[in-house]
Amino acid sequence: MISVKNVVKHFGGVVAVDGVDMKIESGSITGLIGPNGAGKTTLFNLIAGNIVPNEGSIFLDGENVTGLKPHELFSKGLLRTFQISHEFHTLSVLDNLMMVPPMQIGESLLGALFRRKEVVRQEDEIQKKAKDVISFLNMGKMANELAGNLSGGQKKLLELGRTMMVEPKVVILDEVGAGVNRSLLKEIGDAILSMNRDRGYTFCMIEHDMDFISRLCSPVVVMAEGKILAEGSADQIKRNEEVIEAYLGKGLKNKQN
Amino acid sequence: MDFSTDMLNALVLISNYVLIPSLSYGSQLALGAVGVTLVFGILRFANFAHGEIMSFGSMVTVLITWWLQSLGVTMGFFPTAMLALPLSIIITIILVLIIDNSVFSFYRKNKSRAVTYIVTSVGVMFILNGLVRIIIGTDEIIFRDGQKFLIKAGHFKKMTGLSEGLALKQTQVLTIVIAIISVVLLFWFLQRTRTGKAMRAFSDNEDLALLSGISPERVVMVTWIITAILATLAGVLYGLDKSFKPLVYFNLILPIFAAAIVGGIGEPLGAIIGGYVVAFSEIMATYAFKKFIIYLVPSEFAPESLVQFLTTEYKFAVSFLILVLVLLVRPTGILRGKLL
Amino acid sequence: MLAVVGFGQSWNVALAILNLCLISSVMSMGLNIQWGYAGLFNAGVMASTAIGGLTAVLISHMPVSKAWSVGGTSLFALIVFLILTLSVVFFIFKIFKRGRKRSFSIALVILIGYVFMRFYYDQATFAIEQVEPAKTGFLGGLGLPIIFSWAAGGFAAAGLAWIIGRISLGLRSDYFAIATLGISEIMISILKNEDWLSRGVKNVTGLSRPVPYEVDLLQSEWFINMVTWLYGVTDGEIVKTDVLREEMQLSAGVIVKLCYSGLFLIVVLTILIFAVRALNSPWGRMMRAIRDNETAASAMGKDVTSRHRQVFIIGSAVIGIAGAMLTTLDGQFTPGSYIPLRFTFLIWIMVILGGSGNNLGAIIGAFITWFVWIEAEPASLWLVENIDFFFTTNSPLILHLKEVAPHMRMILMGLMLLLVLRFMPKGILPEKSSS
Ligand SMILES: Nc1ncnc2c1ncn2[C@@H]1O[C@H](COP(=O)(O)OP(=O)(O)O)[C@@H](O)[C@H]1O
Ligand SMILES: [Mg+2]
Repeated sequence: MISVKNVVKHFGGVVAVDGVDMKIESGSITGLIGPNGAGKTTLFNLIAGNIVPNEGSIFLDGENVTGLKPHELFSKGLLRTFQISHEFHTLSVLDNLMMVPPMQIGESLLGALFRRKEVVRQEDEIQKKAKDVISFLNMGKMANELAGNLSGGQKKLLELGRTMMVEPKVVILDEVGAGVNRSLLKEIGDAILSMNRDRGYTFCMIEHDMDFISRLCSPVVVMAEGKILAEGSADQIKRNEEVIEAYLGKGLKNKQN
Repeated sequence: MDFSTDMLNALVLISNYVLIPSLSYGSQLALGAVGVTLVFGILRFANFAHGEIMSFGSMVTVLITWWLQSLGVTMGFFPTAMLALPLSIIITIILVLIIDNSVFSFYRKNKSRAVTYIVTSVGVMFILNGLVRIIIGTDEIIFRDGQKFLIKAGHFKKMTGLSEGLALKQTQVLTIVIAIISVVLLFWFLQRTRTGKAMRAFSDNEDLALLSGISPERVVMVTWIITAILATLAGVLYGLDKSFKPLVYFNLILPIFAAAIVGGIGEPLGAIIGGYVVAFSEIMATYAFKKFIIYLVPSEFAPESLVQFLTTEYKFAVSFLILVLVLLVRPTGILRGKLL
Repeated sequence: MLAVVGFGQSWNVALAILNLCLISSVMSMGLNIQWGYAGLFNAGVMASTAIGGLTAVLISHMPVSKAWSVGGTSLFALIVFLILTLSVVFFIFKIFKRGRKRSFSIALVILIGYVFMRFYYDQATFAIEQVEPAKTGFLGGLGLPIIFSWAAGGFAAAGLAWIIGRISLGLRSDYFAIATLGISEIMISILKNEDWLSRGVKNVTGLSRPVPYEVDLLQSEWFINMVTWLYGVTDGEIVKTDVLREEMQLSAGVIVKLCYSGLFLIVVLTILIFAVRALNSPWGRMMRAIRDNETAASAMGKDVTSRHRQVFIIGSAVIGIAGAMLTTLDGQFTPGSYIPLRFTFLIWIMVILGGSGNNLGAIIGAFITWFVWIEAEPASLWLVENIDFFFTTNSPLILHLKEVAPHMRMILMGLMLLLVLRFMPKGILPEKSSS
């Protein structure tokens, strides 16, 4: 589905991603783990077109998509969520979801002004879908709340909800679980599993919670200091010496600081 | 006349009309641009009120100069304004700190977006503009006194026997000297003192700087103080060189912004380079090279037209063109500045 | 408010203020489309206003055929060379690979083209500006009714915005503000200096009107009848009373201004209806989403840059319409009067005071701001006169204050903006949160 070939990205002196090769297989739920600062978010930003690599290329369904803009990747079926929530804070939860579907008649100015009947009809459809997503996420009470007023966990849910407004091929999730409470996290996990099984979406997710990862992901990819360290099933990873060292080493360093 | 005199004449001509004016105008821009760039680096917004701070500082200087003159105090050879500078700098610092305290600090506490600051600085710009107009009116004021020329064009011709004269105004030399002194002091401050280092750290990475125990409010205060000092100097030197006119200072922010961005925003050294780049380009692009070329080429090739790239009215356009070029080609500026 | 001025000062003054309030409303609606809907910090509002004004001249002024005949050929040559240069540059750009060679040859072509263009330009402008410099000295316009220029001004401003957008959209907000401010200043210096285009600082005066002239009114039957009926006098007495003649003149002024108000009101309402509809549509939702978070909007498939361009062009077009209306109302085009404080930042105050993102708010903001801007002077003069109690009338302080009273408006405006930002950041009419 997605393959990343020898991608390098540096910011000034910092090499955030240092020659990464990675494949996200179609239909999989790939987990991406690694200590803070490993370059996971940067890798996601590269895949989603938010930043352009200094070296290497990225392929989506065999097509070279290096350097394409995020909105172009969206239309090719790639959706993402952000580690730090990127909600539309002055829009209601409902509007946050309703803005997602592409090619709405009312999105062209002429359509909005002069094809009002069709727009109204289409809006009804989109609203229905948005309400389905909202009830799926158990956010019924907040449908008309401004997204800026939600809690951190709710914003994360909203991010996930936006990816459910269309039929994506692949969704990349950057720490959707962070800041979400346990029971909700389980529900999110269930949702991801069902979307993966029933609708065939491919997922790639960055997550820190090892239990969550073990339950959902196969394979799991480990990153540290900009490089891929290991890849395998969750169990294999848990037993991998190098991985343990990467985490502990980092942990020790953190303590010293 | 032989070729070497022609060469000398050409050299004198270009020094008189391009080199020296660019150096002094460039110094004025540089002093202004350093202020803009410091505010940008530390407070992270483009201060649209900067021109009005310059205007205010210059106005205070004019008033004090008048007062001193009415007391019969002058500086003889030097302009009286130099005597007025220390006091007017202090007054401008006080004003700027009052503005920061009553206006900007609120948004700092609320962690507002950069645009909020910019709009706020527009409000400050209106108030300062009105204040200056009310206090001193809108007329053009010449407050230069003392010796006007260090070298007069006629003298120079007589002395050297060249047909081109070189005039060196005292204000030009004063501008360049003061600019050099203040820049040296500034860099000494930024490199060597604790507060200066804190400022640089803050500009590089706010979060890290906060972790290392730097007091942000102190850094901000010092930034404003330096900005006020440099703005007053820039404004007064510009006013001495040309004249004081409240409305002119607003127009100066464009070349000043251009200088700051061209040099690399957030980089004081870049702002200084940018100041000279902008000044030289402005003056060269609007200078008529006809006479200069006539000196250098055989008379058969002498150009008929003025060989002037743009008429002088388009001075500001030049600074802006450079700005656009830099933004398109190298958005971080000459010295890699910030691009948040 | 306006009624108070009407009774207090005069109806002519009140209507003059009203007309400018209406024009300002159009401007602030235009800026609101850019800033309130999409979060674009356009500091070059003045450029759109000015090009709208220029269009009014170019549409309505009679063509100066003599200027065309003396300057036409050189002008034609100029355009030929412009096209030639551009196409060669384009050709090189397409054919050759990126690199030093290409940059060098493009620079060379531009330089050569510039030399030729400059030659014909000098020739053309010299010839054109020689034609009766005291009266014309420019190419003139098309000689069409000036009201057409309102639409044309919108299109011209849209075209200019397309160019400005190409240069500066995609920059971060501070840079965008500085870039647009700079371009607007350049626009004004072009208008001030290119005499062949619109006489530069010599101004174009006496533009035709879309409404009747006072003199004509004073001679028309129905008008005289109306005034006499209003004042309840019989026909015979008309010419006798000077008082009545004066009333007559005043009423003529009022009628003319009312005609303008009517036209302006139509424009304001039309734009308002479209603006509200657009904002409350999926288009408006998408724009607000882009304003809230560009990164996320882009990740949700919205092409942020092209949407920014679209909204920038539309907003500028609306402002351009206002610019043409303003020049129509003034009956003259004076490039020297365009300064950013009045034509850019004042409009900003209107939008922020009224409530960014709210169209009605933009109108209310425009009315209040313009009213304060105009009435600040008489108000502060009145204040100064009333502290006479404390000072002697002729004390230098009072005289100075009287002289500088007009500048009080600057301070008032600044204070208003700062207070609104601080205590009412959403403005008088905050944006409606949801549809
Ligand atoms: N925009 C940026 N500018 C400069 N450095 C960055 C930027 N984004 C990330 N980095 C640096 O790259 C490294 C990797 O960061 P990131 O990808 O966020 O790690 P992770 O998501 O694995 O925690 C870090 O050292 C971070 O400081
Ligand atoms: Mg991360």
